[in-house]
Amino acid sequence: MNARAELPLHAPGTATDKGYIGQSVPRPNAKRLLQGRGTYVDDLRLPQLAHVVFFRSPYAHARLKRLDFSKAASQPGVIAVFDGRAVAEYCKPWVAVLDHLKGIKSPPQYAIAIERACWQGEAVGAIVAESRAQGEDALQLVEAEWEELPVVVDMEESLAGKYVIHPELGDNICFKREFSTDAVDEAFAKADLVVEETYAFGRHTGVTLEGRAILADYNAAEHTLTVYQSTQAPHMMQDIFSRHLDIPEANVRVICKDVGGSFGIKVHVYPDEMATAAISVMLRRPVKFVADRLESFLTDIHAREHKARVRMACTKEGEILAFDLWDLTAIGPYSVYPRTSGIEGNQVVNLTGSPYKHKQYRAQMHVVFTNKNVACQYRGVGHPIAVAITEGIVDLAAEKLGIDPAEFRRRNLIPDDAYPYSFPSGLKFECLSHQQSLDKLLALMDYAKLRSEQAALRQRGVYRGIGLAAMIEVTNPSPAFYGVGGARISAQDGATLRLDPTGMVTCLSSVGEQGQGAEGAFAQIAASAVGVTIDKVRVITGDTGVTPYGGGTWASRGAGIGGEAVLQAGRALRSNILDVAAHILGADKSELDIVGNEVVNRLTLESKLTLAELGRVAYFRPDTLPPKFQSELTVTRHYTPREYGFTFSNGIQACLVEIDVETGFVKLLKHWCVEDCGTVINPMLVDEQIRGGIVQGIGAALYEECLYSVEGQLMNGSLVDYLVPLSSEMPDIFVGHIETPTRQSELGAKGAGEPGTAGAPGAVMNAINDALRPFKARVTTQPFTPQRILEALGKI
Amino acid sequence: MKAPSFSYVKPGSLGEVFDLLERHGDGARVLAGGQSLLASLNLRLSEPELLIDITGIPGLGGIAVSGRTLRIGALTTHRQIETSAEIARHLPLLAQAVRNVAHIAIRNVGTFGGSVAHADPAAEYPACTLALDASFVLAKRGSERRVKAREFFRGLYETALQPGELVTAGEFPLDGAGYRSVFLELARRHGDYAIVGLAAHARIAGGKISDARLAFLGAGSTPVLATRAAAALEGRVPDAQAVAAAQDALSKELDMPADLYSSSATKLHLARVLLGRALVALAT
Amino acid sequence: MDDTLLTTLTVNGRTVTRRIQARQHLSDFLRDELGLTGAHTGCEHGVCGACTVRVDGMTVRGCLMLAVQANGRKVDTIEGLSDSGELADLQGAFHRRNALQCGFCTPGMLISAQELLASQPDATRDEIRAHMSGNYCRCTGYHAIVDAVEEVLASRRGGRK
Repeated sequence: MNARAELPLHAPGTATDKGYIGQSVPRPNAKRLLQGRGTYVDDLRLPQLAHVVFFRSPYAHARLKRLDFSKAASQPGVIAVFDGRAVAEYCKPWVAVLDHLKGIKSPPQYAIAIERACWQGEAVGAIVAESRAQGEDALQLVEAEWEELPVVVDMEESLAGKYVIHPELGDNICFKREFSTDAVDEAFAKADLVVEETYAFGRHTGVTLEGRAILADYNAAEHTLTVYQSTQAPHMMQDIFSRHLDIPEANVRVICKDVGGSFGIKVHVYPDEMATAAISVMLRRPVKFVADRLESFLTDIHAREHKARVRMACTKEGEILAFDLWDLTAIGPYSVYPRTSGIEGNQVVNLTGSPYKHKQYRAQMHVVFTNKNVACQYRGVGHPIAVAITEGIVDLAAEKLGIDPAEFRRRNLIPDDAYPYSFPSGLKFECLSHQQSLDKLLALMDYAKLRSEQAALRQRGVYRGIGLAAMIEVTNPSPAFYGVGGARISAQDGATLRLDPTGMVTCLSSVGEQGQGAEGAFAQIAASAVGVTIDKVRVITGDTGVTPYGGGTWASRGAGIGGEAVLQAGRALRSNILDVAAHILGADKSELDIVGNEVVNRLTLESKLTLAELGRVAYFRPDTLPPKFQSELTVTRHYTPREYGFTFSNGIQACLVEIDVETGFVKLLKHWCVEDCGTVINPMLVDEQIRGGIVQGIGAALYEECLYSVEGQLMNGSLVDYLVPLSSEMPDIFVGHIETPTRQSELGAKGAGEPGTAGAPGAVMNAINDALRPFKARVTTQPFTPQRILEALGKI
Repeated sequence: MKAPSFSYVKPGSLGEVFDLLERHGDGARVLAGGQSLLASLNLRLSEPELLIDITGIPGLGGIAVSGRTLRIGALTTHRQIETSAEIARHLPLLAQAVRNVAHIAIRNVGTFGGSVAHADPAAEYPACTLALDASFVLAKRGSERRVKAREFFRGLYETALQPGELVTAGEFPLDGAGYRSVFLELARRHGDYAIVGLAAHARIAGGKISDARLAFLGAGSTPVLATRAAAALEGRVPDAQAVAAAQDALSKELDMPADLYSSSATKLHLARVLLGRALVALAT
Repeated sequence: MDDTLLTTLTVNGRTVTRRIQARQHLSDFLRDELGLTGAHTGCEHGVCGACTVRVDGMTVRGCLMLAVQANGRKVDTIEGLSDSGELADLQGAFHRRNALQCGFCTPGMLISAQELLASQPDATRDEIRAHMSGNYCRCTGYHAIVDAVEEVLASRRGGRK
């Protein structure tokens, strides 16, 4: 089912005009960013503003025997110094576990570590100064005595548990999950072909260009805390500041102004940010912390360090019968609060094999602690691993059976008419379009032509490869993700729409903006739903004191959930406006509509009354309206998906590479993605989310890895040594759309923020292996550096 | 990170510079373009008392041909080298190499003299100066001397500069007809420090190579002139056999340290590949 | 020997005199002393390009220039270049093509792009990519940025004919 979404935006009987939905409207809030007139947290100045810097452990695992701030405290500009015990009196520790992840365990984590540092970079002290530079000067005079402890860095050693990082927990296992359908062994026994491969993924990180930033402003007179934070989830942070700093919830206000990139990095609780807020309370003045680039590499969450052994059983015709997965992932010494660090591994189990129609699946997964930086959800969360291992093993089987990889997929992708569908790991799919997406992709890239070019070029010693990666993506999650586990993370969102006296519409949404275009999309929906032109709409997000209560940005939920709330509020506002209009005009409401900022005759479209005039009357001359009538020109609606725990989208990517087999260098020639995210509100915004996500995935596939020594020291924690994708190596990326709306909402939109990142590593790996096929060489350890390719080719 | 505190002065003459260097010794650092120095200060990798900004001193800039020598003043920026008609005509090796130096915002400010004095073995100029048999003019109070590039680079970030001495210019002999240059480097991303690179300059006459200068960057703690590989090529047509002989000789003379992403074996392999490609390019 | 120096520079056409700490880099001076927060700090080691401004007509990394080195020089920031209209066609193309998302890299991107347009008016798509590779963007994946620059190159070429 992929008919273009028909949104009945108007009252029945009117033209089914979708307004701005489906149009590539440039984002109104991008204008200020183009002129350097945005406001990021570090741009803010407040009176009495102080800056905090952190004294961080140089060791991966060490007991802090002595900490002496006395020389540091007397340095120019220093206002105060704090250790972990002092801050703990104001900020309660946390334990990042959730009930629905059975058996998950983690020790308590403090805002500033007390007595023991468990990863290089963990903060054990804080210095507050009049400027960042003075704080850093003073840091050099802090004296500390450490007793080094054994360091656990290797994931398999951690699992074996010879040295247990937190003895009170008994072992190094944060979380494990095992599950099996009932006929897996039978499926493998009767298979014509069993393929097995082990894939490894280097841990890497988000590298948001704006570092983490927080400005906490405690007002002692009122016992209120205002926090300006570069975060994706202001209401979640409001709740957390309230509970951990013991300030009543409504006395905490979290404000997000412009956020310079987030990608999941900024949806977690960071101890240094909690410490900053606590210190503001302790000093009774505003305190700012901005993580610089070196700190970011040491302490922003890392992700995706996995080793996965996959086995797949299939018939000789290429029908997949079963998957068997063993996965091991290494996090840091704590599960991260409040979402836990068990989710990524859990998703790998849920999602491996998920585009395909086999019925048998077994998985065993462990999440283990190490003395490296903490790890948690980063754009795609488990999908990049699951897609890469699934699509990798599928290509391997296709090769062994002599079946074209696209054809192999066609034989196994869930048919488009099979929905609703339940996948063996428990996922429920409402309606996906895998087969159609495959067709569209092959046409978009002219697959047949690329294959014949590939063959011809091979004759001339030019080695190109084509890699496919089919994927699904979790979007619009219900409380099934976090709420059911006890987390105070909202899966619903709200929108308040208000008609202002001059006929403009103000839209307040609990979903935020970090560049993906949420505010632009909401403006489009609001304008369409109410009947105004888009220039009349102003969107306000990211302020817990102003917007409805909601979940914020994560798991690609902004458009689907936040957008639906805007749509419903818009319809309701339209109805209320028409109530007023009916009285003003002495007409029947059913004869009226709103088009282009005016109340019109629904059938003839003749203008009857401008919204500006209506606003004037409603706000300034209600004495001219009937005595029992009150205008209600501010409307709030909330929305959460109720039928499906997760609303899945689907897509498929392809990557074309050319490999220099003498140097191992990979040239990315082109990349394609066909994505079905349901109703597309703004095609350009979807394209750009997909492209940005793909390049992040390419980064993981070819360049990015946080490299730790055996002593747990991060060796490449700067932008010189940690390689992020730059424009010169990136390909042009072509995106196609299919729309299979979800029926859980009238908008029908699913999410589109993460699929680019989900599919790109698998597509790149498959392309490289396809290029190396004449040499019978394969790479399975990401990132696929020139050295790894040369090793596979036997050149070194 | 924020740089530690230091003082700053911008003298107007070399004499003042020498006075300051003498007075402050190791506590003073010379600031030219600052693209390496200021980054290291922001990272708190060093804590000088004083920065001596030499960009206001006359006579240290310019690109000029005089007889059979091309002189590049120490304060010439990478961008000036990149856009210089003289360099393009007389030292095409340098013109090719400079396009790989970081990005334009760095090239607008970074200087030839600064790069040479910093002596990063993965940088482009040091290897080029070896291949082109350049000399550096080193000045200190009351005297000036010339040191050949081949004797200038002593170790990792270590040069023949004595305390109180500055690089004021590079002097490049202009070879006669028949010389060709090729600059190749392998970097994961455009503008990065190379994994390995080769500045190759040789005479090609009648299809035969002679006087080959094969200077590798990223090959050790200094740029390395591969003399054995050059010897293996002397007077030969660079056919497959000659190339293989040169590559084998190269394997015996290069001792390449591993970096974060590439083992010694990988780097040596890549050096051999570059040598083969450079020779093909020179011969065609 | 002073660790602060009285410095006079022209910023967006206005002359400014301040006593500046030698160690303060130009970006921090512009942001903290002059309130011109359009230049952003992304790394302070000269790699990401978010701090790119223009000094005496050339792009430079604001984090790799001391503010005191700007004495007697002319600095243009994104705010000034926006108000003068010099970047209007680039900004329009970026806007129409959504060649920005979070906006943190954007001022640096625009100033770098403007330098390309001036120095390589016939740049190919690959040359655009090579030039812009000095500015890190995490959001867009670069394709839309390259499209926007290509569009402006073409229209400025058209305008010259």
